Amino acid sequence: MVNAVIDNRPVSVEAGTSILDAASAAGIHIPHLCYLKDINEIAACRMCAVEVEGTERLVTACDNEVLEGMVIRTNSPRVRRARRTNLRLLLSQHDTSCTTCIRSGNCELQKISADLNIHYQPYEVRPERSVVDLEAPLVREAGKCIKCMRCVQICDKVQDMHIWEVAGTGSRTTVDVSFNRLLKNTECTYCGQCVTHCPTGALTARDDTNRVFDALADPEITTVIQVAPAVRTAWAESLGLDPALATTGRMVAALRQVGFDYVFDTNFTADLTIMEEGSEFLERFTHRDQYRWPMFTSCCPGWVRFLKGQFPAWTDHLSTAKSPQQMFGAIAKSYFAEKIGVDPHKMCVISVMPCISKKAERELPTMRDACGDPDVDVVLTTRELSRLLRSEHILPQDLPEENFDSPLGSGSGAAVIFGATGGVMDAALRSAYYLVTGKNPDPDAFTAVRGIQPWKEAAFTIPGAGEVRVAVVSGLGNTRRLMEALEKDQVSYDFVEVMACPGGCAGGGGQPIHEGMELAGARGDRLWQLDAASGIRFSHENPDIQVLYRDYLGQPLGERSHHLLHTDHTAWQLPTAPDAANN
Amino acid sequence: MSRLDIKTPSQTQAVVDQLYRNVEHRIASSPPGLCPIDMALNFLNLCHAQTCGKCVPCRIGLGQLSNMLQEVLDGQPDTRILHRIEETARTIVDTADCAIGINAAQLVLMGLQGFRDDYEEHILRHRCLGSLKNPVPCVALCPAGVDIPGYVALVHAGRYADAVRLIRKDNPFPTACAYICEHPCEARCRRRMVDDAVNIRALKRYAVDQAGEVPQPACAPATGKKIAVIGGGPGGLSAAYYLALMGHQVTVFEKRKSLGGMLRYGIPDYRFPRKLLDAEIASILSLGIEVRTSVNIGTDITFDQLKAEYDCLYLSIGAQTDKKAGIPGEDSQGVISAVELLRQIGDDNLPDFAGKQVVVIGGGNVAMDVTRSAIRLGASRVSCVYRRRKEDMTALPEEVEGAEAEGAELLTLQAPVRIESDGTGAAVALWTQPQIPGEMDQHGRPRPNVAQVPERRVPADIIIVAVGQGVETLGFEQSGIVIQRGGTVLAGSDTRLPDLEGVFAGGDCVSGPATVIRAIAAGKAAAANIDEYLGFHHEIATDVQVPPPRFSDLKPRGRVNTTERDAGERKRDFACIECGLTAEEADQESSRCLRCDHFGYGVFKGGRTEKW
Repeated sequence: MVNAVIDNRPVSVEAGTSILDAASAAGIHIPHLCYLKDINEIAACRMCAVEVEGTERLVTACDNEVLEGMVIRTNSPRVRRARRTNLRLLLSQHDTSCTTCIRSGNCELQKISADLNIHYQPYEVRPERSVVDLEAPLVREAGKCIKCMRCVQICDKVQDMHIWEVAGTGSRTTVDVSFNRLLKNTECTYCGQCVTHCPTGALTARDDTNRVFDALADPEITTVIQVAPAVRTAWAESLGLDPALATTGRMVAALRQVGFDYVFDTNFTADLTIMEEGSEFLERFTHRDQYRWPMFTSCCPGWVRFLKGQFPAWTDHLSTAKSPQQMFGAIAKSYFAEKIGVDPHKMCVISVMPCISKKAERELPTMRDACGDPDVDVVLTTRELSRLLRSEHILPQDLPEENFDSPLGSGSGAAVIFGATGGVMDAALRSAYYLVTGKNPDPDAFTAVRGIQPWKEAAFTIPGAGEVRVAVVSGLGNTRRLMEALEKDQVSYDFVEVMACPGGCAGGGGQPIHEGMELAGARGDRLWQLDAASGIRFSHENPDIQVLYRDYLGQPLGERSHHLLHTDHTAWQLPTAPDAANN
Repeated sequence: MSRLDIKTPSQTQAVVDQLYRNVEHRIASSPPGLCPIDMALNFLNLCHAQTCGKCVPCRIGLGQLSNMLQEVLDGQPDTRILHRIEETARTIVDTADCAIGINAAQLVLMGLQGFRDDYEEHILRHRCLGSLKNPVPCVALCPAGVDIPGYVALVHAGRYADAVRLIRKDNPFPTACAYICEHPCEARCRRRMVDDAVNIRALKRYAVDQAGEVPQPACAPATGKKIAVIGGGPGGLSAAYYLALMGHQVTVFEKRKSLGGMLRYGIPDYRFPRKLLDAEIASILSLGIEVRTSVNIGTDITFDQLKAEYDCLYLSIGAQTDKKAGIPGEDSQGVISAVELLRQIGDDNLPDFAGKQVVVIGGGNVAMDVTRSAIRLGASRVSCVYRRRKEDMTALPEEVEGAEAEGAELLTLQAPVRIESDGTGAAVALWTQPQIPGEMDQHGRPRPNVAQVPERRVPADIIIVAVGQGVETLGFEQSGIVIQRGGTVLAGSDTRLPDLEGVFAGGDCVSGPATVIRAIAAGKAAAANIDEYLGFHHEIATDVQVPPPRFSDLKPRGRVNTTERDAGERKRDFACIECGLTAEEADQESSRCLRCDHFGYGVFKGGRTEKW
């Protein structure tokens, strides 16, 4: 332990503790912009500079340790002057059009400017020129970038993709796509972790809400909206709603108030995914020698892009089942359109997803199976949903709880956990067990795959089928390690669930942004609670799914399923990773 | 008003002079990888501030050039601006009245040619080709990428064995480099912005002197692959060392009696004591490397036989043959090559020069080595004949100084013409033609031109020719190895040979005579690429943890320089001439390190390469 005095308060911390953490433990907040614990401790913004007695210059708190006997002042006049000057310098290169910025009200730069009482700008303001490219679903505005480097670090250290890189030198140093590429020409997975860790509005998901408003305003168009499992845990986080009131039912009521003709649940097609993917797994598992192992889940489009870009030789290990979002679109524009007698070309299918990569998945040439149009027309992130509700002046706290519409609005407990890491595996094992044995297992028999740990392994015995070895991984850096272990035969599995974002969709790149907080665990817990409280906990017991198979699809893996619900992952091209040796 | 005043510098001028010195230091320690146009622009602005303002091209033209370079950096989308820049600069060169304008515009023209692709990238794609690949200047400039801030911090913490272990991760010759490395790492040390470069090599020497014997790490499990290393110098042994650590079975073939290459047969004892070399080689061999000395590839065993017998070959034969001065009388008795002399000394056959007049031809480090060795061998007088000026010598300045202190005479601006011999064929004198410095060559050294003065006779009993070395490539060409025009082996920067599967080469035999650390770096690169070629990916790492940095006050403080034994005493023996640092000196010197691995860009990227 080392002892020090911070702002006249004696503190005692473990050796190696940073000044920032030591102050925080003592209840003293030191402002910071670039700092991201364990990921970006580079002291670039200099906001955390403090005064240490006996040291001539100011010292940054995020990357320097507390030493024995240090006397630290975190908010002296000299410190305040330095912070205000450095902040004004940052602002002199920042496009401060806060009124039209997506991050207004949730921006660290805005907040720290207010905290430090900055109102005048003595310096000439010259933001970096921004060339905004809306062709990719992930957008960077250079003029808003404060060069904190968090995006570079998240992409390098957490996701191990190295898409962002420092570009230029000297005073023109900035962040850009690595190897001088355009984002759309890269193998970027669009996981969006750089967006949710950007302190300003420099990195955003492309806003597609106007396309939704256009569809709503067109009397010819039938609007059908689906909401992904993880969205219900986060949709009201930025609306200032009491968490007790932020229920799924109130979200449904809000969407109905916006004017969507049908408010449906992606949980329905999550159950459908389990029927198809579970059956596919059993088909492969009972014909082991005809397939390469393990089988991979295919519901996360970031992961699919990752595999195709980084380990293309493994693409045929992916389940051919489409993701729940795409199954929904295909069923809405076929089965459902028929059922309600609507021309599918006059239908607009909108998804609300915790994800940016879903915007790219929607655009794939292979995702037009129902009527030739894209099966899903618009994808909104959870953040766009919040903005949509705000711009409609909807006050959810005043709304009653309502149910999803029928028939694509029902979902089991096994479906809602798709939004948490391990959920797809848990749900698949529940139904696989039933499909083999004809009996339901204990719905909580597979708890070993649950929880926020990055890489989980388990083995379960299904009577009549044998032992199934499974792995669950989330975060692409962890995924790369798993893939490398598979390549080297260090591990061996039958079934692997992969989610690109750490913690799964609950921590997705389309979820609301909270500075300095990782909410995947807490949101995931809510999903597991919803599962536990659910009346139906097996996908195969969802009555609307049973009706869908009876009236329309026939059997899982049947002819219609094959056409509508499965896809060929090799039928589209992804730019591959540049060979580092050539650069 | 007095009629005449004595010129006394004003306070302002004194401060400006200090600024100039700081600018010099700053330019000297400029980090590698900066945008060349940005640097050219800012240099141009400095030049523009120097204009006296009399003439149009310099007063206005340099400013307009600066504006145009600014436009390029801001990404103005029109390549025609390059034409305008060129025309303006050419006009300034043609019409400026003095060097202030002419030289500034010449720099712009040079840049337009030298980094035209950078200009085009800025204009067409608004991007810069420059990037900081390694932000720690010393590590960036060390060919082997040794973790210098890491071991300097370990020396400061008194953890000498850990310092040796950390160095060995990238360089298996910490002791050799502690004594004789040319320390390119110090050239752009950021501490120079404050006062002067850290004495890095002296700190390394302190570490190895204090650490004693440090056991080697364990090798990876055996892979069953066999690799032959041809040439047991520092490069070949480095490759052997890392390949052995990776679990491969390595055999080193050496032509001479002992291992060490130029460390033994090029560098005299007084610079690097032989027993330390023997200990370092023994430590490397302790990994289980097989050694076959006195084996000549080509006669004792053919290259093709080796190729058939081993999975991979690494060619590191060095540059061991001497070059001739090419003057009449060179075959006289008493004329020897530097390589020959140093080789004899390396095999402990010391010739007796007692009472002899020795003349050395050359101005490089090898010339200094033989000069100083000749003094130690008892020569009554040693003269070093060089055709350029002293400051143009390629030898390290401290080597030249050391030789002079030991009594060597420098006869500069003397081009050797012929060797005079007596009736028995023994050399008696070297005739030289005095020179006058002429125009600069492309390396910035003036060409020597014949001066209008008569030839000069330098009496000599022994003449030692030290004008460079070549690669002995005889016999290799038949095996498909490509020899370049300069006589070196053709190999890529990845040490692979074109069209010759499984054969790698590096060090002096590829680059021509260079430094020990560059040979070590080539051996390291070869080990990694051979491992990869054989289908493995063994990583070399260490578990040594570098102490956390302490913030320093940056008060300018003098650099502790290395000291040497008194010249009068040291010139009488072959014992080590350099004295190590004292504990007090090592402590102070290691505290001067600015820890660029942590402060600055290093904390973000590239501060430390944990493994390779």
